[in-house]
Amino acid sequence: MIKFTINGKTREFSGDPTTPVLWYLRDELQLTGPKFGCGMAQCGACTVHIDGVAQRSCVLPVSAVSGSRITTIEGLSEDGEHPVQQAWVEHKVPQCGYCQCGQMMQAASLLASNPTPSDDEIVQSMSGNICRCGTYPRIHKAIKSASKAMASVQYYVPDTKGEEA
Amino acid sequence: MSQYFDLSRRGFLKSSATVGALVFGTYLAGGAPRVIAGVLAKPSESAKRANLFVALRPDGIVEITCHRSEMGQQIRTAIAQIVADEMEAAWDQVVVIQGKGDPKYGDQNTDGSRSIRYNMQRLREMGASVRYLMREAAAKRWNVSIDSCSAEQHKVTHSSGKSLSYADLVSDALNLTPPDADKVPLKKRSEWRYINTAMEHIDLKDIVTGKATFAADVLEPKALIAVVVRPPVVGGKAKSFDATAAKAIAGVVDVIEIPAPTGAPQFQPKGGVAIIAKNTWAAIKGRRALTVSWDDGKNGDYNSEAFKKDLLATVASPQSSVRKIGDAENILAKASNKLVADYYAPHLAQAPMEPPCATAMYHKDRVDVWAATQNPQADMATVAAMVGMDKEQINVHVTMLGGGFGRKSKPDFSAEAAYLSMKTGKAIRVQWTREDDIQNSFYHAVSAQHIEASLDKNGAIEAYLHRTAFSPIASTFIEGATAPLGFELRLGFTDNPINTPNMKLESGEAPAKTRVGWMRSVSNIFHAFAVQSFIAEAAHKAGRDQKDYLLDTIGPDRILDVTEQNAEYDNYGADKATYPLDISRLRQVIEKVADMSNWGRKLPKGRGLGIAAHRSFLTYVATVVEVEVSESGELDIIKSWVSIDAGTVVNTDTVKNQVQGGSIYGITAAISKGITFDEGRVQQSNFHDYRVPRMSDSPLDVEVEIIPSNAPPAGVGEPATPVYAPALCNAIFAACGKRIRQLPIGDQLKA
Repeated sequence: MIKFTINGKTREFSGDPTTPVLWYLRDELQLTGPKFGCGMAQCGACTVHIDGVAQRSCVLPVSAVSGSRITTIEGLSEDGEHPVQQAWVEHKVPQCGYCQCGQMMQAASLLASNPTPSDDEIVQSMSGNICRCGTYPRIHKAIKSASKAMASVQYYVPDTKGEEA
Repeated sequence: MSQYFDLSRRGFLKSSATVGALVFGTYLAGGAPRVIAGVLAKPSESAKRANLFVALRPDGIVEITCHRSEMGQQIRTAIAQIVADEMEAAWDQVVVIQGKGDPKYGDQNTDGSRSIRYNMQRLREMGASVRYLMREAAAKRWNVSIDSCSAEQHKVTHSSGKSLSYADLVSDALNLTPPDADKVPLKKRSEWRYINTAMEHIDLKDIVTGKATFAADVLEPKALIAVVVRPPVVGGKAKSFDATAAKAIAGVVDVIEIPAPTGAPQFQPKGGVAIIAKNTWAAIKGRRALTVSWDDGKNGDYNSEAFKKDLLATVASPQSSVRKIGDAENILAKASNKLVADYYAPHLAQAPMEPPCATAMYHKDRVDVWAATQNPQADMATVAAMVGMDKEQINVHVTMLGGGFGRKSKPDFSAEAAYLSMKTGKAIRVQWTREDDIQNSFYHAVSAQHIEASLDKNGAIEAYLHRTAFSPIASTFIEGATAPLGFELRLGFTDNPINTPNMKLESGEAPAKTRVGWMRSVSNIFHAFAVQSFIAEAAHKAGRDQKDYLLDTIGPDRILDVTEQNAEYDNYGADKATYPLDISRLRQVIEKVADMSNWGRKLPKGRGLGIAAHRSFLTYVATVVEVEVSESGELDIIKSWVSIDAGTVVNTDTVKNQVQGGSIYGITAAISKGITFDEGRVQQSNFHDYRVPRMSDSPLDVEVEIIPSNAPPAGVGEPATPVYAPALCNAIFAACGKRIRQLPIGDQLKA
């Protein structure tokens, strides 16, 4: 039995421990915000937070996250009010939208650890997330906006989110 | 009588789109503060149909049908903008219903950048018709003339000041006979309130909260998951397989062979062996445990290096004439000031972020399909053939598409799901992995081109010869075809804009030893690459500025009708009087982008600007790219500027987003190693070896300006792509003097 916290709720998993977190979230919990894009941590569509840090859930076996706090886009905010999500709306970032949950989770993690990233730091942090629609210029601008918004108000603190359960 | 109203059932039809187990979307009922999205949202039982695209609920909520597939181009928003504007519907009273595959909508094939071009007029008429009915209903209620009633924002107001809401008028309006489409007064452009604005797209909030429903997010019906191992060589098949180990994996419930197709590939599944499991991970593990022995068939010898040599040899000698004016061959044979160049570009895979995926449920009398498809009517036909039914028996529900780029016009994945559901009697979701996608696409054609030109004493092109050869899309539909279909040449080859008295365009033949299909902007990509690179090369040879030379080379403002030069040209199926190839519009986008980018400014060492311009899908685009190439050959794309003239545009922000994205998509052609084959097998498998642009490869600013235009609407999704690679390569040349004629760029800058 493997135990962890997902979006604030305690969960137990008794299936194949090699199952990647992504497939557990999607197939068992029907949390479909994290997407399958490559299955080898090359594209970032599946990005979730493990104890507040962005990780690729497609290659992360559930056995490796025992006791961890997992946050998906569904747990990032109640209804899209995280500053990253708001910045994504403000800049109308998405086209097809498939990669964007992963992009936002990556961006939220970046800003949590580095609230005022430089242009290059944004590029460095975000270049593991592929967007075939090519929304990179807007993603970059949205992260700058979110950074400004977060400078004044503390919103989501990933490290503590899971302890509400 | 209007072509959009059902005469046999005068009046209005109850909404009947309830076939199959539609999934409830996430929309909110009533006075939601925004347009309601939810791609699989069900039409209300109480809504009554006003026409093919509009249904009215008793509470006044308007259901607008989007019959095209949403893949990021915001077509669901654009269709609603057009209808709601002409209808004077309040935006917060609109629900968008995704239409399933149905020939009653006409063409639903969402590619070719034509959703707005094909539909804008009739959508305007249908919206305007409902507005007219609302006015007429109010006039009758008040016993006044219709001319004294105006409709605005879900309300009809009489000249006396009294008013009625649309909700109050729904039942009256639905009992009136709609006016003929050509008699409906349409708004003047100055009266548009939604069309030609940057309004927010309706699925945006669902996307940023993770609620948008893509193919793999369909939860009902609860499906078993299938992962398929397909023959690695096109035309091959499984000789034998051993499923013992696969079946021993916990969660694997079945192993089923999918028959290999016969004849031309069309959109048929490639065949192979499916692992069916209770969850995706078990299916993936099961597939790893499966051993299959393949019969490769006749394409087992496909090798990209050898094929490249063959293509280049083909374009080295005369081929079939496609367009001819003057006597280019003779002049070139005698010319002293000649420029000769061969260009090459590899196969590419579309690689949408969402790999192909479809769920199917087979019933005795029908099949229900939920698919990320660009072309639901093709799913109907392909699935029907696969399961032995009529296409009318196939219900195709279109989910959101996580990108399409042409791949999802080919519904082999839906046919796999339907076949497996037929064999198991259970709902089946076929989930393609990235490896499946990269190795089983319908690839963008591999191509070679040979161009030679003679320059006169002023450096102008006096004779031009251009040969193209590529593995044709024709082969996907006609078994063994080696000659391209006409449309493949008309995409950027036949319609070459170079103004010269002597031009000869020739097309060679080449076999296709894999499945070939269209990818965002199709053969425009390699044709524009060659033409626009060559013009810049000629400018250099003539000692001229790239931009000035490009303007001189396309010649004076005029309508170019290439059919006057012994060519066949169908102008993207559009009337050439309505959508002429207008050189003045091409000139205008070039001048505009030069202005935007401050062309001609002094740049530091290692920096360069490149320009390219091209008309595709009836739209004119010019792009300038600024790059920096370091001494060690590292490429950095600094910024891009794009000017687009797409005629009338519906959503200005969507156009900008598409142009930004289409530009970055164009980087793929320049930086990706492409798809290569050896022993018939694709040598790439995932994003680690099939390189696509990442943020670090992209400019952080793609500045877009839309040329204001009252011309009829043209394409938007694709035209920014073909110009990008040549503009980039021209910039590289300006920066470091290295000319890229063979894509990808690879290590060529490091040599």
